[in-house]
Amino acid sequence: MAQKITISPVTRVEGHGKVTIHLNDDGEVIQSRLHIVEFRGFERFVQGRPYWEAPVLVQRLCGICPVSHHLAAAKAVDVIVGAGTGDGLTPTAEKIRRLMHYGQILQSHALHFFHLASPDLLFGVDADPARRNVIALARTPEYRDLAVQGVMMRKFGQEIIKATAGKKIHGTGAIPGGVNRSLTEEERDGFLKGEDPLNADAMIEWAEAAITLFRDFHKKNREMVDEFSRFPSNHLSLVGKDGAMDLYHGKLRAVDADGKKILHDIDYQEYLDYIGEEVRSWSYMKFPFLTELGKQDGWYRVGPLARLNTCEHIPTPRAQEAFETYKSYTDGRPNDMCMHTHWARLIETLFAAESIKLLLEDPDILKDDLLTKGKRYPEGIGLLEAPRGTLFHHYRVNEEDQITMANLIVSTTNNNQPMNEAVEQVARKQMTGQKTITEPMMNAVEVAIRAYDPCLSCATHAIGRMPLEITLVDRHGCLIDRKARWSGTI
Amino acid sequence: MQKPVIATASLAGCFGCHMSLLDIDERILDLIELVDFNKSPINDIKEFTAECDIGLIEGGCCLDENVHVLREFRNHCRILISMGECAIMGGLPAMRNGISVRECLEEAYLNGPSVRNYNEGKVLPNDEELPVLLNRVYPCHEVVKMDYFLPGCPPDAELLWQALTALIHNKEMDLPYEVFKFD
Repeated sequence: MAQKITISPVTRVEGHGKVTIHLNDDGEVIQSRLHIVEFRGFERFVQGRPYWEAPVLVQRLCGICPVSHHLAAAKAVDVIVGAGTGDGLTPTAEKIRRLMHYGQILQSHALHFFHLASPDLLFGVDADPARRNVIALARTPEYRDLAVQGVMMRKFGQEIIKATAGKKIHGTGAIPGGVNRSLTEEERDGFLKGEDPLNADAMIEWAEAAITLFRDFHKKNREMVDEFSRFPSNHLSLVGKDGAMDLYHGKLRAVDADGKKILHDIDYQEYLDYIGEEVRSWSYMKFPFLTELGKQDGWYRVGPLARLNTCEHIPTPRAQEAFETYKSYTDGRPNDMCMHTHWARLIETLFAAESIKLLLEDPDILKDDLLTKGKRYPEGIGLLEAPRGTLFHHYRVNEEDQITMANLIVSTTNNNQPMNEAVEQVARKQMTGQKTITEPMMNAVEVAIRAYDPCLSCATHAIGRMPLEITLVDRHGCLIDRKARWSGTI
Repeated sequence: MQKPVIATASLAGCFGCHMSLLDIDERILDLIELVDFNKSPINDIKEFTAECDIGLIEGGCCLDENVHVLREFRNHCRILISMGECAIMGGLPAMRNGISVRECLEEAYLNGPSVRNYNEGKVLPNDEELPVLLNRVYPCHEVVKMDYFLPGCPPDAELLWQALTALIHNKEMDLPYEVFKFD
């Protein structure tokens, strides 16, 4: 009998989503979709607001990585006040913002790995759902230290954000053309030598330990980690000078599945010449693509996996070493293994921890030259690499300083097609020809989604929400039955 | 004695209030000794499996589905709390109140500079799988009775901690002025 499977809500992802999988009479998957089911309408309702509100207002579309939106909006507004496109700020302002951003990367990556993803790795995808969470992790004696480390790493990142932005969530540190404060010596010393054990060296050490943890898991589960939801794609991110990893500023680069450059380090103020978005009726989340390749072939991945494919090196020593090991696993070719995203994310966590230490040791972060102003422009575009991938903010303003147009392409939106591909692949592998759909099969679909760390909160800025459903349909597409995950036997 | 049971939900919110709850940092390890968690986005419990003592609601209602979830929480939770500005008064998403839903959708899917040239069919999301958008964003207490209101965008971690521990220990909330933040 044909079935439709729904997994709803998809949990342990940060936001709202829903998956539907349609099976025909022969038990073959004929359609699978990840629906984003919320919409907020930011693009419209920020119109008329003064542009300097954008950094504090628009960040409220996501409480998980608000700093990313805060800074992307600030970078766009920098252009409007004539402070350049990321390198026009004073050294102090630039470095305080970078510190805030790397604090954000650290806390967000720690949250994802320790709180959301590690239960799948440590307890198994098919473990009892009641146990598959961070609380159970903390209650298991052998993993308690790990859970504590996750909590403390997130705390360190959040404290860095508080010191630079004023608040841990929805802060106000970045303003048009700069920042509104720098660090005191006392604050800096706390982060460098703090006991709690809040210091940058401890973060570097724990990030390295987390990479070791992942690699041990990889050794024992090579087939699953390498083959689970693996598929080729294009990859897109910002890269810094000489192709170095830089998560705050750079040029836009894309490579194809073979590593050939298909977007050649363009100035992102020109993004509209290269990127378009498709609308599909079944999701509030749009589908971005490279216009030169078209809707069908132009989709790409963003985020840790993509960034380690586009960049050529990492400019901090320990992360570079980890990067070399990672690259040698694929002989330098682009990595298309979905579960390796966790590995890539942890290498970035190490990079963030090392970057934080370097910034803290830089005397510029204590100085008080905070603001730049120049010739006013009617339009500004700000991009950065948020924890989950490339984030685009674009504003136009009128002579009264009111926003007249806002366009946002958030990280998770950039990963829309890849997540749909992942769902399709896992569904085909796990569910084709099966007479009964089990809970572990459904969790496997969620694991594939979770690897992209989808921040559906961001993605739904547009009005939206994510649940997982499996539904029975006949060959004419008529609904026979629909069951959610917890309604008993499916 | 059985531990108090807590459930949480994010409706039309940004998850910032849930993140603020995590900002109690290492005390989260104490909290899990004091209470059991039921339906919540931080675990894999998708439907209520027990009656709950405390329900924490982030976000107001902007979809028909938010209303269903909120009513379900009211039915299963002895004490229901509006956590943060969006639950209390709609918050930032309520900036769309006064603008028609159609205008919001058209801006996002027809007029935006990166969609304008590529939406030949003038498609707007309207699939039966998508919940229906409400005409405006509603605060929670306009939909069901709410018992407590914890302000802030998000509420300070300290405020959440003190309010929760008071409820857990059956004590009156003693919330000093400093922990209230309205920004």
